[in-house]
Amino acid sequence: MNKHVSPRLNRRAFVIGTAAVGAGLAIGLDLPFGGPAVVRAADGSPEIGAWVVVRPDDTIVIRIARSEMGQGSLTGLAQLVAEELECDWSKVSTEYPTPGQSVARKRVWGDFSTGGSRGIRSSQDYVRKGGATARVMLIQAAAEAWKVPASECTATNSVITHAPSGKTTTYGKVAEAAAKLTPPADVKLKDPKDWKLIGKGVKRLDTADKTTGAMIYGIDVKLPSMLNAAIKDCPVFGGKVKSFDEAKIAGMKGVKKVVKVGDTAVAVVADTWWQAKTALEALPIVWDEGDNAKVSSESIAKWLSEGLDDAQPAYVGNKNGDAKAAIAAAAKKIEAVYSYPYQNHATMEPMNATALYTADKCEVWCGTQNGEAAFAATLEASGLPAEKCDVHKVMPGGGFGRRGQTDYVRQAVMIAKQMPGTPIKLLWSREEDMAHGRYHPITQCKMTGAFDANNNLVALHYRLSGQSILFSLRPEALQNGMDPAAFQGVAQTGEAAFGYSVPNLLIEHAMRNPHVPPGFWRGVNVNHNAIYMECFMDELAQAAGQDPLEFRRKLMGNHPKHLAVLNAVAEKIGWSTPAPQGVYRGIAQVMGYGSYVAGAAEISVTDGNKIKVHRIVASTDPGYIVNPAQVERQIAGSFVYGLSALFYGGCTVKDGKIEQTNFDTYNSMRINEMPKVESVMVPSGGFWGGVGEPTIGVAAPAVLNAYFAATGKRIRSVPLRDQNITFA
Amino acid sequence: MANLTINGKTFTLDVEPDTPLLWAIRENAGLTGTKYGCGIAQCGACTIHIDGVATRSCGVSVSEAAGKKITTIEGLASGNALHKVQEAWIAQDVPQCGYCQSGMIMAVAALLTEKPKPTDADIDEAITNICRCGTFQQVREAIHTIASA
Ligand code: FES
Ligand code: FES
Repeated sequence: MNKHVSPRLNRRAFVIGTAAVGAGLAIGLDLPFGGPAVVRAADGSPEIGAWVVVRPDDTIVIRIARSEMGQGSLTGLAQLVAEELECDWSKVSTEYPTPGQSVARKRVWGDFSTGGSRGIRSSQDYVRKGGATARVMLIQAAAEAWKVPASECTATNSVITHAPSGKTTTYGKVAEAAAKLTPPADVKLKDPKDWKLIGKGVKRLDTADKTTGAMIYGIDVKLPSMLNAAIKDCPVFGGKVKSFDEAKIAGMKGVKKVVKVGDTAVAVVADTWWQAKTALEALPIVWDEGDNAKVSSESIAKWLSEGLDDAQPAYVGNKNGDAKAAIAAAAKKIEAVYSYPYQNHATMEPMNATALYTADKCEVWCGTQNGEAAFAATLEASGLPAEKCDVHKVMPGGGFGRRGQTDYVRQAVMIAKQMPGTPIKLLWSREEDMAHGRYHPITQCKMTGAFDANNNLVALHYRLSGQSILFSLRPEALQNGMDPAAFQGVAQTGEAAFGYSVPNLLIEHAMRNPHVPPGFWRGVNVNHNAIYMECFMDELAQAAGQDPLEFRRKLMGNHPKHLAVLNAVAEKIGWSTPAPQGVYRGIAQVMGYGSYVAGAAEISVTDGNKIKVHRIVASTDPGYIVNPAQVERQIAGSFVYGLSALFYGGCTVKDGKIEQTNFDTYNSMRINEMPKVESVMVPSGGFWGGVGEPTIGVAAPAVLNAYFAATGKRIRSVPLRDQNITFA
Repeated sequence: MANLTINGKTFTLDVEPDTPLLWAIRENAGLTGTKYGCGIAQCGACTIHIDGVATRSCGVSVSEAAGKKITTIEGLASGNALHKVQEAWIAQDVPQCGYCQSGMIMAVAALLTEKPKPTDADIDEAITNICRCGTFQQVREAIHTIASA
């Protein structure tokens, strides 16, 4: 790790002050004559490898590259490092390296991106090695001081012991010597059966400040002489600013400047944000809305519905046998069309970023799910090279996929660039946040199932029509035009594989990309695919005259892990025994993000349209579980997010714009609507699956299937509020 | 100019009388623990106490709040002793992102003053804050733990 430090950097050049908001870390560098370099943290304590800093008082600082946004990964990642480090958990704290520091050290901390439920699963190996490396170096240092073989020494709870002589010392005492050692080329990780900290529901490391108002979110950043900006981007996506009449707001209190932001937006900069927002609302802006102003939800629905027609081109994502022929020849077939709308992330904290631009430096403070992407946006918008830019991550008030995008970072830099030397905090109003989301993609799906004379399912045709996220955000990831992620949950193999065996199967996607920008919204394509497939499975079971659970089980013989979680929820909810009087059950399963999940709901319905969700049972097999207490919270939280979208969500388009403007028109469920969520964790080991997202997939179909059980009515579109169905 | 009494201190703030109290607290008094979520009294992120009553500060103007006793999340603890709601929140690891929790804690603190042993129905009625992370289950459990202490 030390070898990655470029020797031409001197200590002064490498100290990056972040005292303003305390984010990030400052790194100093010792280059003693002879021997490897010792890299030091801001307080002078030595790094033992890039992931661990040990202070003389035995406190430990663990570096975290991925972003905490509420999902608990920060604590989980620290547990992974600490497990191998064998340190005293009560003395652990964490810090974020900045992306600029990472670039300067050849990405020693790896990927910063925190999406796709990958925070833990795609870095667990190298962060555990980071902990193990530090442990080996600390033990080595003690052994050298004692002149005994390192193999005779052990470490636990930050104490190193040489059993033959009875000598002991602590990490803090040998840290300086350990930092000068050459890190081992390779380290052996513990056998999972020996884990002591991984698998334990230890308390989060970042809670206290969230209860006192002391936690600094992006919206709270304060820098000396900072001004505040409010922004309005053309409400029709793709439209531009034609003109604005600055004179109309001249002299309004606190207003410092009105700036155009790129071709599409206008911002007002003022002493306070409230002044900026008030002035922005008074500012006459003329937009060049362009052709997209003709688009509406109706025109999008019509275009998507045309894509359901077999005559239209489509990408095949999963196939075996000949579904079309089998359907044509079948004894019985059923068909249904479902749809799923746009959804806004509506993170509790609206988008914001603070930027300070000078001719030779550009710094940004923001909540982000991807520090490196925010860094790249800063470089691009400022026009400055990497060594003159940095991003300081602060706590985001929710992410859910929205803060993986960098539009708000770019805007902040573009404004700051027009006011060099003055820090600018750009904050979106909730209305701007609703108007300029990166929305859950819109789709429709036509499904046809066919049975033989004995009610065996012989064919299934799943034809999806609608928007591709990758087409818009990561076109390089398309495969000959096809969006492989569109098949999340219904894919042939991989981390989101279909859990049923059907002899004749055709799963295809007619890609149609409306102008509304799509994004990765917690659960992503699993959301609609799980609703379509799992609700239709219930329809198929009904058509076959079979119990929904039994019907599924028969198709899942080749998918034991899918089946195991389904069985786990069935058992816990008591599927084989009758539900309480007036209570009805629904069940669903799906695979996503490398994890197998299933859910079951118990609901009652009054007057045919008022749903009370009494109980949710959710099961997950993510392979390994690092912190069960946090996994439980992610499961419960994912149901709140998923059921809010099912009952209250849905963003509609009129004249090219999103119609919903705030939580009054895009509501979110409250505590009185919250069911009791019971988690059943069945980690089977041997693989690492994600946690933050997968269970959201089963939330909606479990409830919709229960609604059918209660009323005999199928709901095939979301949100329920459009059908006058609400929480009781 | 407005004179506001926040957390026992008097602030003379250079704001228009119609400025929402939320923004005067955050930007003029510099107390950023109170959060902005919607600005239209829907989400509860900005909940504070005015004369002991849980109030959404985005829906109250500075002029309406003048002369009243305002308590924000920063003023909930007594000196170094955290309020029992804050303690319970830490003990039960309630917050996820935490952004809604200032408002949530203020709403719960007011409920417990009024009803020290709230039923589930009392909680359902009084706590109407949005939490996009979905901490409701932990919020309810923590309230019951405090009530049974
Ligand atoms: S910001 Fe006041 S209720 Fe939402
Ligand atoms: S904890 Fe994140 S919104 Fe409530």
